[in-house]
Amino acid sequence: MIRIEDVTKRFPGGQEGLKGLSLSIEKGEMVFITGHSGAGKSTLLRLIALIERPTSGQVIVDGQNTRRVPRRKIPAYRREMGMVFQDHKLLYDRSVFDNVALPLIISGIGHRDAARRVRAAIDQVGLLTKEKQRPETLSAGELQRVGIARAIVSRPKLLIADEPTGNLDPDLSLEVMRIFRRFNEVGVTLLIASHDLALIDQLGCRRVPLENGALQIDEERDEVADYFEGDEVPPGNELWP
Amino acid sequence: MAVGKTSEPIPAGGSAGPVSIWFLLHVSTCIGALGRLARQPFASLMTVLVIAVTLALPASMHLVIKNAQSIGNNWENALDFSVYLQNNVALNDANRLASLIEQRADVAHVTVISAQEALEEFKSASGFGSALDHLQNNPLPHTLIVRPSGANTEQSMILLHEELGNLPESDLVQIDTVWVQRFHAILDILRRAIAIGAGLLGVAIVVIIGNTIRLDIQNRREEIEVTKLIGASNAFVRRPFLYSGFWYGLGGGLLALGLVGYGLYALEQPVRRLAGLYNSTFSVLDLNLSESFIIIGIGVLLGLAGSWLAAARHMRRIEPG
Repeated sequence: MIRIEDVTKRFPGGQEGLKGLSLSIEKGEMVFITGHSGAGKSTLLRLIALIERPTSGQVIVDGQNTRRVPRRKIPAYRREMGMVFQDHKLLYDRSVFDNVALPLIISGIGHRDAARRVRAAIDQVGLLTKEKQRPETLSAGELQRVGIARAIVSRPKLLIADEPTGNLDPDLSLEVMRIFRRFNEVGVTLLIASHDLALIDQLGCRRVPLENGALQIDEERDEVADYFEGDEVPPGNELWP
Repeated sequence: MAVGKTSEPIPAGGSAGPVSIWFLLHVSTCIGALGRLARQPFASLMTVLVIAVTLALPASMHLVIKNAQSIGNNWENALDFSVYLQNNVALNDANRLASLIEQRADVAHVTVISAQEALEEFKSASGFGSALDHLQNNPLPHTLIVRPSGANTEQSMILLHEELGNLPESDLVQIDTVWVQRFHAILDILRRAIAIGAGLLGVAIVVIIGNTIRLDIQNRREEIEVTKLIGASNAFVRRPFLYSGFWYGLGGGLLALGLVGYGLYALEQPVRRLAGLYNSTFSVLDLNLSESFIIIGIGVLLGLAGSWLAAARHMRRIEPG
């Protein structure tokens, strides 16, 4: 599903987000990208979402080399995948229903069809009773579930998520992960950047640890646990847009 | 909001094809844009008012010219010809010629002023009375005053002028058209000046709407980023802003018509009174239907142009990341 071949990403300031990273993710896998803040998790996801382009190397998503996607084709390319963000990026001037419907409206799906699919997506994250509410009336966990519903409403084959549980407490985090797990069971490929190792261990999925923009050779739990005393985050690298 | 509301179901007859989906998307975006303007009624109204005043200025100037021209045309057709006959034409022949000319369809009536009458009038009017007594013979010819009928057009007036000049008895045909021509020349200059002014005001409207849309785009930057992030094309995010421009232009055009209409209403009484003093049935010409549509159309076009420019310039720069 995703092939990363010797990818380097250098930022204008000179920092390297990724250094010669190679990685392959098969269809139907659920993979966690782990590592310190600044290890290159977000950069990797941004390259896959074509928010950034690699300085060198190839990023191939579902058989499509992102190098060959011209600027004007980027919207169509992004519509093929679902994206979940740490800060969920909902639009606060409209209801849960309208937020989840947005990708379908962008894709020009007919209204009846869209309404049915939006309800199905909201139902899958267990928020059917709140479809008319505005985001500001929802809790952090509910907001993230709306974000997930919006990501899966157009039934993408690939879902990428950047720290989807970053703002959630352990119970809510587990719930969100269970939702992801259910999508994975019906064949969706998931690529999730997270530093929540305890949670990932409970799920027993494949882990890709990154360190300084490359694969971490020695996967030591202690090292990763140091995260909370971590270094300063390089600018322009830590944030998913 | 970048997209029309979707929570109110739009009834789609049967299975909706791609065209009707596209159409519904536009309708909902269009209505959504109007709804957003309605949520800031004061700011929106101010923008519409500025556009309306800017459109109403050249429109009302156009009306002034149009009315002046119609008055000018009335004057032109009411002018009399003075046909000065040759000095050797006798008064009897002059009278006979007068009744012949009077039979023409394009002539209302003909008055004969004999050389003697002309001299008397000249004596009393010019103040040279006693000096003229010393003249041995009357130097003035007999004159026919030809009043054209009201049905004459500019062309038939020229024809009549020529034919009167070609009469063997006539020496000189005079019509005091010089000042009418000057009047029309002045109107032509004014018309051109208004066209130039209207062009400049049109640029102003584009700038006003462009600036309003630019601020709108800046205020909704985050929303544009998010919609682009989940796969919206530039055309999709641009569309609601184009519709905003459309509504500004349409509102401005309609309000401009209202302003012009009110101006005419306010002028109607005094104009009628003045016309009455001149025994005229003149009434003020209003904008006709096609002129009204042109004003609305210009408003809409300028609105779209302004929003297009702003969107093209600022939208591209807003990219997620």
